[in-house]
Amino acid sequence: MGMPKPANRPKVALFATCLVDFLRPSVGFAAAKLLEKAGCVVEVPSQTCCGQPAFNSGDRRTARDLALQMIEAFEGYDYVVVPSGSCGGMIAKHYPELFEDDPGLSGRAQKLAAKTHELVSFLTDVLGVMAVEAKHAGSCTYHDSCSGFRELGIKRQPRQLLGSVEGLELVELRDSEVCCGFGGTFAVKYGPISDQIVTEKATNVNATGAKTLLAGDLGCLLNIAGKLSRMGSEVEVRHVAEVLADMTDRPSIGKTGASS
Amino acid sequence: MTSRDTIFASIRRSLHVKGDERIRTSIIEERLDRAPKGVIPARAQLDAAGKLALFIEKAEGVQATIARVSSAKEVPGEVARYLRDNNLPAALRMGDDPRLSAMPWKDTALDVSIGRSNGLDLSGITHAETAIAETGTLAILSGHENPTTLNFLPDNHIVVLNASDLVADLESVWARLRKKVGKGEMPRTVNFVTGPSRSGDIEQTILLGAHGPRALHIVVVEG
Amino acid sequence: MSVHPTSHSFKDNASKAIADGSVPRALKNVRQNFIDKRVKAVDALPEFEALRESAREIKNHTLAHLDLYLDRYEQKVKESGGHVHFAVDSAEARSIILDICRKSGARTVTKGKSMISEEIGLNGHLEAAGIVPVETDLGEYIIQLRGETPSHIIAPAVHLTKEQIEKDFRRVHTQLDPNRDLTEKRSLLTEARTMLREKFLAADVGITGANFLIAETGSSVIVTNEGNGDLTQILPRVHIVIASIEKVVPTLEDVSQILRVLARSATGQEMSVYTTFSTGPRRASDVDGPEEYHVVLLDNGRSAMLGTEFQDMLRCIRCAACMNHCPVYHQIGGHAYGWIYPGPMGSVLTPSLIGVDKAGHLPNASTFCGRCESVCPMKIPLPKMMRHWREREFERNLNPAVARYGLGFWAFFAKKPWLYNLSARVAAKAMKLIGRDKGRFQSLPGLGAWTKYRDFAVPEGETFQAQWKRRAGK
Repeated sequence: MGMPKPANRPKVALFATCLVDFLRPSVGFAAAKLLEKAGCVVEVPSQTCCGQPAFNSGDRRTARDLALQMIEAFEGYDYVVVPSGSCGGMIAKHYPELFEDDPGLSGRAQKLAAKTHELVSFLTDVLGVMAVEAKHAGSCTYHDSCSGFRELGIKRQPRQLLGSVEGLELVELRDSEVCCGFGGTFAVKYGPISDQIVTEKATNVNATGAKTLLAGDLGCLLNIAGKLSRMGSEVEVRHVAEVLADMTDRPSIGKTGASS
Repeated sequence: MTSRDTIFASIRRSLHVKGDERIRTSIIEERLDRAPKGVIPARAQLDAAGKLALFIEKAEGVQATIARVSSAKEVPGEVARYLRDNNLPAALRMGDDPRLSAMPWKDTALDVSIGRSNGLDLSGITHAETAIAETGTLAILSGHENPTTLNFLPDNHIVVLNASDLVADLESVWARLRKKVGKGEMPRTVNFVTGPSRSGDIEQTILLGAHGPRALHIVVVEG
Repeated sequence: MSVHPTSHSFKDNASKAIADGSVPRALKNVRQNFIDKRVKAVDALPEFEALRESAREIKNHTLAHLDLYLDRYEQKVKESGGHVHFAVDSAEARSIILDICRKSGARTVTKGKSMISEEIGLNGHLEAAGIVPVETDLGEYIIQLRGETPSHIIAPAVHLTKEQIEKDFRRVHTQLDPNRDLTEKRSLLTEARTMLREKFLAADVGITGANFLIAETGSSVIVTNEGNGDLTQILPRVHIVIASIEKVVPTLEDVSQILRVLARSATGQEMSVYTTFSTGPRRASDVDGPEEYHVVLLDNGRSAMLGTEFQDMLRCIRCAACMNHCPVYHQIGGHAYGWIYPGPMGSVLTPSLIGVDKAGHLPNASTFCGRCESVCPMKIPLPKMMRHWREREFERNLNPAVARYGLGFWAFFAKKPWLYNLSARVAAKAMKLIGRDKGRFQSLPGLGAWTKYRDFAVPEGETFQAQWKRRAGK
């Protein structure tokens, strides 16, 4: 497949998310690589946070302020792509709700929502990518993050692309659709409950015998990786984009290694 | 102001209505009158044989037992067999449903008594008004013909169902009942029975025979 | 309010349940039984989604015309020879019921399972007046023996193991042989059946709840598996139905639509064993059934939920699918929620009924995983309504100061991209410098609540935006 001429190539704004920006930039680069390979022109507008923590804490005003900041920075592109079902869901599903009663902004919020996509589903469902060029030796298991799965319907898309990765064997995770117990501020506000939930998730991950755990949301990944590491598990944890982009030279989340 | 007034005033305040708007009244009158059916599962929209086969599959799926007889005359013999095979006393309690009374109970050794249950009968028999193929559910109406206590107190509940009375779905029961008792009216009790009594309250393990019958035996009269 | 709520100490309740360990152990059964069976039942009915939509529409329509349908329902009950009583709050409902019991000279009252009875604290009130209430649903009977409230709305004793139940039966059923064998679940069931059979036959009044009230016919509907509800309502001389006002639906056809999603969502059954439609007292042609039929209609704050962002909650049919699928409920059980209604539906309803100042934790104790909404047969947007409660708490300054300041501090930066990005760059580099040897922090100032239970990954170093700019600049 030849690369389309620049004029016809979709202009994509990558919203890396604050967690990726701060903790794991390699996910951002993996996303950019996947998008560019699929024929997109990728830009990274100046960004902070989508406003979800404020929205879910009942602070609608701050959520609106941050949403407006996002709308202004991102509305000039063909698409907005997010390597997270949670932040992607915030923009695609909840921005319109935030501005429901504001005729001046509701149209802009809806327009942004309509062109915002989670990374993996954007590749498969919008760009029609059926396979990736990547190699990954060893078995992987996959956690279906809640927002991606329930708000955006992401389930088969990552499995389809992972199926094309050379050498990768996918082992299904028991209760893969059950929450990992992260829930943003929930993890710190209700620590003991969150701990019980993530302990079960980590136990299920260990039970697969897979070498690597993948998911599409860094929040869940930090939570599960943190628990696995506290339990002394050897399982490596990565964002699915890292494997799909063939960028697994960095140590996995929470681990050290020669390249860092 | 009565509590009734307080509650109605509060509902109307919340809904921003006065309660005497003609349009609202006509909307509910129309709905009550027309009783729209909604979504009817395709599953049971079958011919008579298909409906019966589905009913039996569904009823057996919820641990009812089924016997098929070719005429009402054969019911007493089947009931006697059922009680004998299950080592139950040859005694039976029933109401005065003419369909049951007309059956040749005298041809069996069964001790048949008439009336409601007082809790001492081990086996009772009632006649179903109709049954629902969709879920294997019996519909039994209250009355001296089939006293409601007979559906619940005896350990063993036997129900006679005429195959010709079987309907596809819940909604068809209502159509039939309205013809019988009139629109907007109901017998004192309509019992839908889907299998024998059960409970899952001890560690979520389903056990049969909680408070109602431990066994439900359905005798289907074909022809 | 009769049952003293402990929702304000939700965190302690939850920690105790976790430390005790028996709750999550008992709840393992919920997950295997309810969840797997529901999926199977739903998959076997291609029209399930269409029925959910239909059920939702029926309730929305009814709620929009609730005054008119209630009026019609009342009229039809009266026509069938029954009595209708309206109760603004719990106290009034209790006194109406006690009054009926007294007038009929009742000494023993049998009870079918009713969450409204729990909500108004009926049992204690009857006991204080010298009337013995006997819960007859097996699970309710067990928790009554223990002096507890239900921990689940359709499986009240789900938090208990069979060993605990055996202990309670031995403690209370002292008239039975102390050497009897109760190791099998079946022998526990048989014992309860025997003990309760006497009560059913002796009771003067029977009290049941209602899953639905039908405006077209004036009927009340109960849905059960044990048959206890039916024995409760056909044997005593007086039958009292206690139900909240939103239980009304227009027609028999409407009930039929909702019945198709109710049992499947609750227990994975296609139909519960007994679905019973009761209309008025016994007729001239009856040889059994109650001589008096009363319906007590309770508001208790529900009419005030209409027209608000919480109206959708009034569609709830109490199937318990939300709690059966809730990861938080699975870990802590129902009692931790501190009042009558646990799990996601309780987290929305309880603040409406007892006040968000008392129940503020409940709508916060959710990861917003959305599983409850995805299985709700009435399509109630539970997470969205929990968020609305959080908004009300935020507006009223009810949430903890630490959380408010933390959020405010973060928002200050997040609203200024240049400052945010600069600070992030500095912080990420600093953290990397400190944590690079291990790749993870096992403790971290300010994030103790996180690192108490799990490690925190060390940032890679330079932020994504800083690296991207550098790359683009080249």
